[in-house]
Amino acid sequence: MLDQINKLNLNLGELVENAKGSLVVIRSGGRGVGAGSIWHPSGLVITNAHVTAQGSLMVSLPCGTELPARVLASDKEQDIAVLEIDAQDLPVIELGDSKGLAAGQWVMAMGHPLGVHGAVSKGVVIEVGSNLPEAPGNGREWIAASLSLRPGHSGGPLLDARGRMVGINTIMAGPNVGLAVPVHVVKKFLKEKLGSRAQPSGQLSTVS
Amino acid sequence: MTNALTGLSDALAETVSKSGAGVVRVEGRDRVPASGIIWSTDGIVVTTHHVLERDENIKVGLPEGESLPASLVGRDPTTDLAVLRMDGGSSSALEWSDPGSLRVGHLALALARPGRSVQATMGIIGALSGSWRTPAGGAVDHYLQADLVMPPGFSGGPLVSADGKVIGLTTSALHRGVSLALPLPTVDRVVGALLAHGRIQRAYIGLGSQPARLPDALADQLGQQTGLLVVSVEPDGPAEKGGLFLGDTLVTFDGNPLKHLDDLLASLDGDKVDRSIAVRLVRGGQLHDVTVTPGNRPTRTPEE
Repeated sequence: MLDQINKLNLNLGELVENAKGSLVVIRSGGRGVGAGSIWHPSGLVITNAHVTAQGSLMVSLPCGTELPARVLASDKEQDIAVLEIDAQDLPVIELGDSKGLAAGQWVMAMGHPLGVHGAVSKGVVIEVGSNLPEAPGNGREWIAASLSLRPGHSGGPLLDARGRMVGINTIMAGPNVGLAVPVHVVKKFLKEKLGSRAQPSGQLSTVS
Repeated sequence: MTNALTGLSDALAETVSKSGAGVVRVEGRDRVPASGIIWSTDGIVVTTHHVLERDENIKVGLPEGESLPASLVGRDPTTDLAVLRMDGGSSSALEWSDPGSLRVGHLALALARPGRSVQATMGIIGALSGSWRTPAGGAVDHYLQADLVMPPGFSGGPLVSADGKVIGLTTSALHRGVSLALPLPTVDRVVGALLAHGRIQRAYIGLGSQPARLPDALADQLGQQTGLLVVSVEPDGPAEKGGLFLGDTLVTFDGNPLKHLDDLLASLDGDKVDRSIAVRLVRGGQLHDVTVTPGNRPTRTPEE
């Protein structure tokens, strides 16, 4: 029994540590802290559009280096933005199968809630899809998770039980109902905006 | 190393998918629909009383997508339970388990279907103890509290254990801000009574009371420190007809000591209706015996 819980703890520690390697801090207009994930080794960062809305952008890498960033593409409606920083050989976030998610599966939101860097909250998938009662946006696709997103979580990754990114933490839809933009929506956005440039090397061979 | 977390995650999702086959949508209010549990394969659905803000024009949404009209068999505001009968439709009933096998700390999933597909949230059993009485006087066989937050539309759905068995019907209305589950013995009893009579019969004597200390001599004689001081008597009600007055202190009802308000509530079962019940009381320092014939408790109007 204890052995199983120890195993769980080891798994959790490992995959959180791993995902943290691709988690960045985004400062916009000198105030407000959001989160983002490194999508491509040569400096593409994915986040929420609303995280970038305050003006001049700075991105802090996990190693502590702070770099200026510029918005390559952004969509307020979908609340997705992709940023570019001048860096190479960055560790990219592993992507999960957001279309294969089901209610009850374990998820974790990572970000900097209320300025606490690299904090993690756990929950389960409440529901996925575009028919969620009380979700904003007509027919928009969401992942609803049983966890609380706070200021600073925005733009950070929602991870699955393998530690892979399945969504971007975006907004709350009620007490303990956090909504994330699914990764397959992000891929589609990037394909439309950036074409082949958005393909991280070594993964994401198909963009659907 | 095998990934324990993915194993857990997949098992949870499997349980949701399996048990979700017995979870229905209940449309009985203007806001977001709520949930219900298929009780038996002949179309009986159990849900919560508070999510049915109307008695007619109720619909039940099945897991397969079909939406069926349903009639209200009855409701019990004291336990927040209600029973519906669907017009047709085949359905699979869920398996229930007695809370006896549960322990505080066990994983539990709350399931719901406010929309088309099944929804889930997860937590642990936060508290588990013996029988209790709801603020409205309903008898519940186990206090079963889940450490999870239920989004809108979850009330009336099942709390399921890791193995997919229903351990209770969830409601957020009995205690605000707390997710409680009504266990099988309670649901079974209320559903049975509602199917048989359409309502839960409760006895009623028409008085208000509060606990009061007895004089030392009487306390020693009776073996109880407190009785129930009558603070209001309904005109023409059973208590007044039985000769009870403001200022009387009730000490026994049908031979059972009345020390707390709960003792009186617990005594007013449906089987006391229209029976002559011996009541012992203290009036002017002396013990008196009177007889009261309880009536039927008037039906409450649906409350939020």
